[in-house]
Formats: sequence, structure tokens, C-alpha cells
Amino acid sequence: MIALSDYLMVGAILFSLSVAGIFLNRKNVILLLMCIELMLLAVNINFIAFSYFLGDTAGQVFVFFILTVAAAEAAIGLAILVVLFRGRRTINVADMDTLKG
Amino acid sequence: MEYNLASLQPALPEIFLLSAACLILVIDLFLTERTRLLTYGLSLAALAGAVALTLYAAGPEREILFHGSFVRDPMSDVLKIGLLLISLFAFVYAKDYLIELDILRGEYYVLGLFGVLGMLVMISANSFLTVYLGLELLALCLYALVAFHRDSGAGAEAAMKYFVLGALASGMLLYGISMVYGATGQLTFPEVAGVIAGGDADQTVLVFGLVFIVVGVSFKFGAVPFHMWVPDVYQGAPTSVTLFLGSAPKIAAFALTMRLLVDGMGSLVEQWQNMLIILAVLSMALGNVVAIAQSNVKRMLAYSTISHVGFIFLGLLAGTDKGYTAAMFYAITYALTAAGGFGVITMLCRKGFDAENLHDLKGLNDRSPWLAFMMLLIMFSMAGVPPTVGFFAKLFVLDAVISVDMVWLALVAVFFSIIGAFYYIRAVKMMYFDKPIDTAPLAASMDTQVMMSINGLAMLGFGLFPAALLGTCRAAFSG
Repeated sequence: MIALSDYLMVGAILFSLSVAGIFLNRKNVILLLMCIELMLLAVNINFIAFSYFLGDTAGQVFVFFILTVAAAEAAIGLAILVVLFRGRRTINVADMDTLKG
Repeated sequence: MEYNLASLQPALPEIFLLSAACLILVIDLFLTERTRLLTYGLSLAALAGAVALTLYAAGPEREILFHGSFVRDPMSDVLKIGLLLISLFAFVYAKDYLIELDILRGEYYVLGLFGVLGMLVMISANSFLTVYLGLELLALCLYALVAFHRDSGAGAEAAMKYFVLGALASGMLLYGISMVYGATGQLTFPEVAGVIAGGDADQTVLVFGLVFIVVGVSFKFGAVPFHMWVPDVYQGAPTSVTLFLGSAPKIAAFALTMRLLVDGMGSLVEQWQNMLIILAVLSMALGNVVAIAQSNVKRMLAYSTISHVGFIFLGLLAGTDKGYTAAMFYAITYALTAAGGFGVITMLCRKGFDAENLHDLKGLNDRSPWLAFMMLLIMFSMAGVPPTVGFFAKLFVLDAVISVDMVWLALVAVFFSIIGAFYYIRAVKMMYFDKPIDTAPLAASMDTQVMMSINGLAMLGFGLFPAALLGTCRAAFSG
């Protein structure tokens, strides 16, 4: 039997991977979007594990909402990416440095 | 459970605004460039209607709706009215700017309305799910608005930064929520608070979740050390969007904090108080000191926002009704002040010229004495010079902090406010004592001028008579 703590561990590892990915990645904006999705999925694992072990379905309902919002978020993120690429012909994270001070 | 339409009355403002926004989106499809201003008029009417319905649904009692996920209480009434009125200012100021930049599209106002709807939902949230959905509705609209000027490279870059950090913040918040859900088994705030107060929840998991929630909230507020996005987004976004994003969402962020930390986890006050102290001190220090070095006026106001967020946190961390009242007063008056400040900057812009730099303010008094006087009131209010409202907002917050025996914190706050006064007064000096660099006449349409006058004089009005607004804020918590 897989215990609750095992699920939480998987969730925590995925979450840390995605946060590390957002901060370490200097190459490609699409990787950032993938990290954001991974982060939300890590949260979903948490919710489903808790929901199952607590015997309460509210957590699973929450997951449906997160999935929906994640889809909308990805759409907006990609739209911004297209605008960005049209303007400067690159999606390199290191080139996003015109705003500073 | 029995269902009838009358039971939806507390949610009328939200329902109305949702229908109005959808309707305006469709109507806008049939408009030509020439009749585009109809969208603007309808959006203002929608906001005014929502204000009326909020007043209609208001009352001293607490009403719970939708199986405990939605609440209407005196606090939500006051915050909603403040939020809707400030959004009204933001919409009016935006019109001239959008016409000058040639980006007056119907989507701007529709996205704005949906953003306002998201904030209303946040204010009335009574469960983690509602808070999250309101937050995302607001955030998604703001990402799109920041990138609204598609030909501006800075706008797209700012939107991308805002998007990535905003999504990171939502992720943090959700991770925290999942932990609190795991520890308590509940999603609605009163039940969560009940389980925590009962001592049945695992304390370690709870505090672990709390840390992530506080991090998420500070990202949304833009408190140091989670402020990286604020200056870039304020600078890169079109000024009218900066105006919207720098004003009304501060009220929503206050509501978010109240709902999550006070309603949901009020008995953990000792834990989150310490976290907020660190955030508040760092925000006031960094915001005020770095703002001095800025030459871009939008960036300067961004750092100024960070320091004001520190003040709002001061009121919240007092953990008493007095502190919440002071923080609420601060959030509402700051949002109004910020709307006015950015409003003046939008009025300096014209076709092919985006006023961004501090020296664009030079000699404003020679160009338009009235506008310069409004900006003077706004800058004095931000600095906290009596008799403007900013002084009283700061005074109430400091009073609340001192009454919980944290005098050292009040001293730190006063110290950094004095440092902060330098850059506000420098802007005033540029307006009144320097020669104008740019002598083009300032033309603004009638509605903008009227709104700007109301906004500027409100700084003075609320400053001379703070009791009315303070009484309203106090009544929101004594019920």
C-alpha cells in the first residue's frame, strides 16, 4: 500500500523541480511555460492524495478547476509569447533585459 | 436545498457585472471605429450599475451563499464600492490615452470589466476555491492588458515577466492551500478556522502551508523580497494599464489577505505576524531607498507602491480590529492616490510621446497650474504631508502598531517615510520651480478633467474630514 507521505513526496519533488526550472532556465521561454504547468500538476497530485486519504471529494473538485485555469493560463502565456516573438524574433530568456533600473 | 432567485441577492453585483461584460463584448463586435466610444460609455454604466447594486445588497449582517463559498459582509460592501469607484476613475483616465496611442479597442474595457469581476469575487470569497478563481480571473485579464499595446516591445516583455512570476505566485499559493486542505480537510474559511482553533490539525503541515500562502500573497501584493515583477511591469505596461494595475488590485489584495489569513487562519496570528513584520520592514526600506535612484516616473511610483504595501502590512500584522481598520483605510486611500498619480501621467502623454521620465514633469505649473496643483496634492498624500489623506492613513496605521506594543516598528516606518518624502517632494519641486522642457499645450477632454479634479480634491477632502471614511471602515469590522 502506498502511503499518503509517498504521494506528498512526489508532489514536493515535482514542485521543487518546477521552481528550480523557472529560476535556473536562461534559454527558452517555452520551458518556463512547461515548468508552470508542472508546478500546477504537482499541486494537483497533493490535492488528489489528500482528497483520497481524507475521504472528501472537495479536493478532487478543486483539481478540475485548477486544470481549467491552467489551460486558460497556457493560452494567455502562449499568446504573449507570440507577441514577444513577433517584436524581437527571439524567445531567449536572457534577451528579456530591456526593462531594468 | 431549496433554490430561489431571491436568495442570489447578495451576489447581484457580480452577476450583473458578468452579464454586462459579456453583453458589451458582443455589442462591441458591431461597432465601427467611429462609434467605439459607446463601449466606453457602456463600461462606465456597468460599473455604476454594480455600485448601485452593491449599495442595494448591502447590510450589516453576514450572508453566506453557494454552499458556503461566497460571503457578503460589511467589509465586502465597503471594499467593493471603493474598488468599483476607483476602477471608474481608471477607465475614464484610460480613454484619452488609448485614443492618443491609437489602441482604443473594445477589448480593453471588456478585459478591465472581467478583471474588476475577478476582484469582486476575491473580496467576497469564503473558500479557498473562490479566492483562487477570483485571483486567476484578475491575473489573466491583467496579463492580457499589460501586453495590450502590441507594437511595444517593452509591453510584451513586461507581460511575459508578469505572467511567469504571477503564475509562480499562484502555484505557491495553491501549494499552500493544498497543505492547509490536507491538514484540516476543509476548504471554506469558517470551517478551516474552526478545525484550526479546535487543535485537531497537524501543526507542522499547517505552518508549512501557511508559509507558502504568505509567499503567494506577498507576490501578488509586490512586497519585498517578492517584488521583482513590480518595477518592470509598471514601466513596460501602457500607462493606462499601469494606472489600473497599480490602484484597484491593491484593495483586492488587501481583501485576499484578510480572507486567507484572518478569516481562514486567524488563530495562527502569531506565526503570520512574524512573517509580515519581515516583509513590511523590507518593503518600506527597499521601496523608499531605491525609488530615489529612479529617473523613470513609472518606475519611481512602482517602488513607491512597494513601500506603501509595507504600510498596509503594518496595519494587518497588528492583528487587531483597529489594525485591520487602519490597513483598510490605507488600502482604499492609497488606491485612490495611485489612480490620481498615474492619471496625471496619462494626461501628459500625446500622440507619439509617452511621458515616462521624471523630467517630463518639469514646469508643469507653467503649462497647467490646475493639473500641477492636483499632482501636488497627490504627491503630498503619498508622502504623508498633512492635511492630505495620506497623513491620516499613515497615522492610523502607526497608532494601531503602537497599541500592540511594537513601537520600534512604528519608528522604523516613520524613518523610512521621511526618506521617502524626498522623492515625492523632488517631483513637486520639478513641477513648480523648474523650466518646462516640453511646451506643447496640454489638452484633456472634459470628463478626464472633471474626474482628475474630483480625485485630487478628494485627497484634501478625505484629509480634512477623515472621520467619515474611517467610520465606514471601522463599522466593517465591529459588526
